[in-house]
Amino acid sequence: MNFLNAILIGFKEVWAHKFRSLLTMQGIILGVASLVAMAAVVAGMENGMKETMIATGGADKVLLQQQPVPAYQEHRADEAPGRTMVDVQALRKSAPLIRLVSPEMAFQEYVTITHGDKMVNPSECVGVWPAVLDMNLHTLEHGRFFNELDEENANSVCVIGTGIRDELFGNPEKTGQEIVPIGELININGQPFTIVGMFTHYESEQERKERELAKSKPAEKRAGPVRKRGWGGRGGWAFYSKNYTIYIPLNTMWLKFRSATGTNSIPDPRLTDIDMKVASLDLLEPALQQVRNVLLLTHKGIEDFSFQTQENQIENINTQIHKARLSGGIIAGISLLVGGIGIMNIMLASINERIREIGICKAVGATGSAIFLQILVEAVVIAVVGALLGLFASYNVVELVTIMAPSQNAPVIKPEVMVIAMLFSAGVGIIAGLFPAFKAAKLDPIQALRRD
Amino acid sequence: MSLVELRNVSKIYHLGGEEIRALDNVSLDIESGEFISIIGPSGSGKSTLMHILGCLDSPTSGTIKLDGTMIQGASPRELARIRNRKIGFVFQFFNLLPKLNVLQNVELPMVYSGVSARERHERAVAALKMVDLENRSKHRPSQLSGGQQQRVAIARALVNSPKIIFADEPTGNLDTNTGEAILQLFCKLSREGSTVILVTHDPEIAAVTPRRIEIRDGKIAEKVDARLAGLDRVARTF
Ligand SMILES: Nc1ncnc2c1ncn2[C@@H]1O[C@H](COP(=O)(O)OP(=O)(O)OP(=O)(O)O)[C@@H](O)[C@H]1O
Ligand SMILES: [Mg+2]
Repeated sequence: MNFLNAILIGFKEVWAHKFRSLLTMQGIILGVASLVAMAAVVAGMENGMKETMIATGGADKVLLQQQPVPAYQEHRADEAPGRTMVDVQALRKSAPLIRLVSPEMAFQEYVTITHGDKMVNPSECVGVWPAVLDMNLHTLEHGRFFNELDEENANSVCVIGTGIRDELFGNPEKTGQEIVPIGELININGQPFTIVGMFTHYESEQERKERELAKSKPAEKRAGPVRKRGWGGRGGWAFYSKNYTIYIPLNTMWLKFRSATGTNSIPDPRLTDIDMKVASLDLLEPALQQVRNVLLLTHKGIEDFSFQTQENQIENINTQIHKARLSGGIIAGISLLVGGIGIMNIMLASINERIREIGICKAVGATGSAIFLQILVEAVVIAVVGALLGLFASYNVVELVTIMAPSQNAPVIKPEVMVIAMLFSAGVGIIAGLFPAFKAAKLDPIQALRRD
Repeated sequence: MSLVELRNVSKIYHLGGEEIRALDNVSLDIESGEFISIIGPSGSGKSTLMHILGCLDSPTSGTIKLDGTMIQGASPRELARIRNRKIGFVFQFFNLLPKLNVLQNVELPMVYSGVSARERHERAVAALKMVDLENRSKHRPSQLSGGQQQRVAIARALVNSPKIIFADEPTGNLDTNTGEAILQLFCKLSREGSTVILVTHDPEIAAVTPRRIEIRDGKIAEKVDARLAGLDRVARTF
């Protein structure tokens, strides 16, 4: 009861000095706004990175990368074999901790795909084994993937992503009907290929939601040309490039595009990429050791390769998120500290101003603790009102960020962060109010009454 | 047993090595229902005496018994409680809270004694009726005349039904007519059974009370039991 009364008087006091209170609150407002907004942005980053991670093949994927020969083997540099099918076969036979090996051979020149008068440059046009499906977590929606027969006969068949379809045959979202170009002929750098399969459309969670929202709303009439914002439409680059993929059999790649290249007309046997998946993430280290041992054999002891694991990436992501959190936290912390000092300052000024009033209250029977509670509650009221304004501000900041960077990294405001920010601000209010409240409570009634 | 028993009370201030005896070995008894004026020149120690009697201040030495409890060693918390329940103050400068309206000002002592909102309201309205201000209850103190403000202060002093009411120069800031009206209000309270202590430097005002305590340089100079004379004056004014 008395407590409620104190809160009521606290609000009155804040309202009586609106402008002064608002100025006092700015530290808290800023602190809370930056805390909540930063947490939302980081949460968005985290979501985006996780989605990207899955879109690029999951955590158990390991890339075998080409690396310059180390300095102590410099004299044997021209013996370095690079990554070849020999490695792939050896790994499949002798590295049981690797459950999947996917060789890739890419074009050495720029790839252009045409169909009639339409053309597109794919993000990736490579010769692969069917293992690539599991490797890159692809989902085939229409038709079939190529099989051993296609591989052996070096058939001119290809499997495409929806992005390629959109560019060459039309976008179902624009034309309003699903287009499945199975059986159609397209030209890859002038060579005719038959489309035998098409992947599903890959998109981020955010993108899917937006698309569904757009579907439920009638299309707006647009004035002027359509303009796309951001890198490759509204999705992230990972989804974009996954949709603009085109795969052909490895052997076809080798025979149709590689056999005439290479120095001295000896076809270049080197692969562009060897991707692997480990049998178990817990056995990542031994698996890498196993791969290294196998490859050192096939590479005649020359260490012209290195590994890139998604684990590195997870670590990178985590450190980045940690850094973002830390800097956000520091900014918020400093703002809240400044806010706390501001509140203490204003409360000291306020009790000095009201010293006579406090004296009167004491003369009519206010105990020290009643005065203490009153001043403390006032400080907390300022802090909490500031925090509420800060939450409101953070909401707007987040909206702004979403508009500026529409991507799969859309910030997510977390209710628990809001609660924490509120509690923290209240704590700042209490700490800032303690000293002034103590000072007011200890005032001698006579001296307080004498002041004018 | 007296309502107030003051025994050998001294209040000494030290100002730059100099000793100021604001009260010097004062002993005094006040009975329940008495109407007393404390009179003396400026700086004689009237206010100091009143503050000590009213538990706003504590003496340097000596003992005070108020309504049966010894209070010279009481904690600030206990003193606040005694001020709240047993004592009402009326000051020269009214001392109302400017941000609260008249009603809220009168309710203030009850807020600190934990009276329910409903009862607070009822009792505050009743107290305002006693001083004829119930129709101004929503006004701010700054919207009232000095006399009206002092009546609000008196209502506030009355509202917790105190054992004793102290008034320090209650008419000092008012013109003669208004002052006279306030004085009559105290007389009325006295007749209704309240114990009232009036602090003043004006013998005219002191003449209203049956008992006068004259104080000079911190000492009680002379005690005049002029009950009859006082009653004369009271009879004349009504
Ligand atoms: N806080 C203090 N510090 C030092 N001296 C004080 C203090 N308070 C009062 N005094 C001194 O004590 C003496 C009595 O003061 P008091 O206020 O009781 O006088 P008073 O009789 O009420 O005078 P007035 O009629 O002017 O109000 C004065 O000499 C005053 O200077
Ligand atoms: Mg005085």
